Amino acid sequence: MKDWEYRLAEHRGTLTALAIFVVMFIIYTANHPAGFTANVIQTAANKGVLLAFVAMAQTMVVITAGIDLSVGMIFLLTNCLASWLVVGSPLETAFGVLVVLAVGALCGATNGAIVIYGRLQPIVATIATGAVYFGIALLLRPFPGGSVNEHLADALTGRIFAVVPASLVALAAVVLLIWVPFSRSVYGRAAYAAGSSETSAYMSGMPIRRGKLLAYTLSGLVAALGGLFLTFFTYTGDAAFASGNAYTLFSIAAVVLGGVSLFGGKGSAIGAVFGALAFRTIGDLLFVFDLDPLWQPLFQGLILLAAISLGALALFRVRNRLEWFL
Amino acid sequence: MENGGPLFRMEGISKRYGGVRALENAGLSVRAGAIHAVLGENGAGKSTLIKIMAGVVAADEGQMTLDAQPVKFASPAAANAAGIACVFQELSLIPELSVADNIVISNPPTRFGMIDRKAQRRIAEEALARAGAADIHPLALVKDLPLSRKQIVEIAKALARKPRILILDEATSALTAADVSKVFAVLKRLRAEGLALVYISHRMNEIAELADDCTVFRNGSKVASYAAGTRSDAEVIEMMIGREYHSVYPPKPGRLAQIAPVLETRNLSWADRLHDISFSLRSGEIVGLGGLDGQGQRDLLLALFGVLRGLRGTVLVDGSPISIGSPAQARRHGIGMALIPEDRKTEGLMQPMTVRDNLSLASLDRLTRGGIIDRAKEESAINQMMTLLAIKAGNIDAPVGALSGGNQQKVVIAKWLMRQPRIILLNDPTRGIDVGTKQEIYLLLRRLADEGAAILFYSTDYAELIGCCDRVLVLYDGTVKRELAGAEITERALIASALNIPSAEPTQREPAQ
Repeated sequence: MKDWEYRLAEHRGTLTALAIFVVMFIIYTANHPAGFTANVIQTAANKGVLLAFVAMAQTMVVITAGIDLSVGMIFLLTNCLASWLVVGSPLETAFGVLVVLAVGALCGATNGAIVIYGRLQPIVATIATGAVYFGIALLLRPFPGGSVNEHLADALTGRIFAVVPASLVALAAVVLLIWVPFSRSVYGRAAYAAGSSETSAYMSGMPIRRGKLLAYTLSGLVAALGGLFLTFFTYTGDAAFASGNAYTLFSIAAVVLGGVSLFGGKGSAIGAVFGALAFRTIGDLLFVFDLDPLWQPLFQGLILLAAISLGALALFRVRNRLEWFL
Repeated sequence: MENGGPLFRMEGISKRYGGVRALENAGLSVRAGAIHAVLGENGAGKSTLIKIMAGVVAADEGQMTLDAQPVKFASPAAANAAGIACVFQELSLIPELSVADNIVISNPPTRFGMIDRKAQRRIAEEALARAGAADIHPLALVKDLPLSRKQIVEIAKALARKPRILILDEATSALTAADVSKVFAVLKRLRAEGLALVYISHRMNEIAELADDCTVFRNGSKVASYAAGTRSDAEVIEMMIGREYHSVYPPKPGRLAQIAPVLETRNLSWADRLHDISFSLRSGEIVGLGGLDGQGQRDLLLALFGVLRGLRGTVLVDGSPISIGSPAQARRHGIGMALIPEDRKTEGLMQPMTVRDNLSLASLDRLTRGGIIDRAKEESAINQMMTLLAIKAGNIDAPVGALSGGNQQKVVIAKWLMRQPRIILLNDPTRGIDVGTKQEIYLLLRRLADEGAAILFYSTDYAELIGCCDRVLVLYDGTVKRELAGAEITERALIASALNIPSAEPTQREPAQ
């Protein structure tokens, strides 16, 4: 095999997710009454970016062979916190943003510490912490309300040069400034290694604990970025239990669509971002085809099932049945 | 050769796991520029000793000195930093990462806080070349490599750390003769470069070829240290097992009657891995599969056992063509096939489940009444197997993972024997197992054959093929290159046909070079 073939194989999951998204988005805009306009793209971007942040957060934990069921609740908690703090003068707003991000990172680090040092299963640990985070969110915002610095909100949800959606630029910046350095750092590799084979990673003398803790912390931070953007879009804080749970579950679907293995050690947050965007487009597709809203969840489920099955197509080509179980 | 005392020394080392004594007042002293062989049966404490040396576990008592300075290693990383690298028997590679990622894993080159991929690639290529395996692509994923290549990557990984002391724990157990000779050349070069090497192996000929110093362990204590070549093989083995050493192989029955074969294949092919394999296997016969590792032996066993899809050619059982679509079909009455897999950890056993559950797993259909497991029937079947194979397990309700490697392998074999299979396929069943257990397995195989089983036996150890088999099929590039029978089975013939070179028999002409 040549170098490029190995590289292609490495990025196959991400490229598949990209292809699924592009095809769906073309079908969407082609059938949209307004067509491929800056407005349509801005709306789609703003909807997709929220799930993309949460999915990116989920990816960081899934790579270590964990799963984060509290990610939607961190997203809600930081949303509620932002609706109190991200207000006032530019200085106060900046301070508020920092506090919100720090709280998100702290939530993630707490999850990580419990899983790594407490040796609890990630799935149960994050169910418990998720309930705690939601409880705090509810105390912060028993009823929907609050406000946000509208200049900042409008700047980050509007368009740059009247064409490019600012939220997409922000998403790309987060990928470049957080995900790429993380995945190429020693700790990032330790997180991958721990997800693939923790014993081997330990025997190789890798910093697995710090790698995993960093992955969980960054996961909380990215979820908080999602929470911030939710506040920018809605101008309010709202501790809506159903919404938090939906984001958690959708983020897992997006991660799988994006070619990230739930067994850990494989995949990229960039794939998960395209998975999230594709997932959102599924919902929009049904909208442009003017389907009865009553049918939407059912069709959304079927399309999702079909999209995830694409990843399983390779199994039909497997000639050694033992590879089914890898 | 003594140049200023030992480089590394361990003294009075003791270690207990729960109530079990693994090491008692053990010691080891290694010098630079020499290969030190550590010998002993499985369970003699060798693994524990090197784990302490490599910082994987901490000793309860005792001291270690490096350059005459006392040292303590809290983790494998600390031992690495002190210049001790270890190639473990249980591979420590990360399957989802590439070869290059794995090689630099404990100390990747960084630029601006990120891993420098170009430098990583360079280091990996250099290390692979140093380990004599420049043909392995640095971008290949480790999980896609065959076991013997993984082992070489493991050695390259240890070399990339530029160690002063390199420990090899059964590092050649998965390698074929050709790979072994490459690795030996590498080890000798490293010795000349002044490294101290600690070498653990069950293969006596390897130790004879490599070692400068030897230390024998038995029951957690050091029995003797001596300069290589000063004791005979028989003396060494006697020190190891503490009993007299006879020929480990049972006698062969000689020429077998030409009865109809139980299993036969005609032109069996699969993908680009197996080509036109035709052979037959009779009841009462042990047929070996030889050749270099990865020449299709494993694929052939999997094909027969119904694991591979898209097979071409015919498989006949009792003379009638059949198609086997899964292991469940292969083990069915009328075929009665069993496969003892290569990797007991993943394919042979459910490690966290009990010895009892593992033993009855393959025969549950025969031990149930109305869908419920008949405990009495299960108990008697298990007892029968425990006695037959002399499995040493404190408690059959303990997890199977707690047993020693040899006893785990016995459980894998017992689990299939419980079905009284007529056709037994074995995939390198004695890898990493101590001499005593190996001998028991050889005796068992011969007894099963005498009782009427037909056995197909793949081994990477030529001595086993010579000692156990009535016939040997040598595979090369997915096809049977040569069939050896009876007295033809010699090391020379096996190696020559494995490398696909005409053996130096007088009747054959050497091709012009």
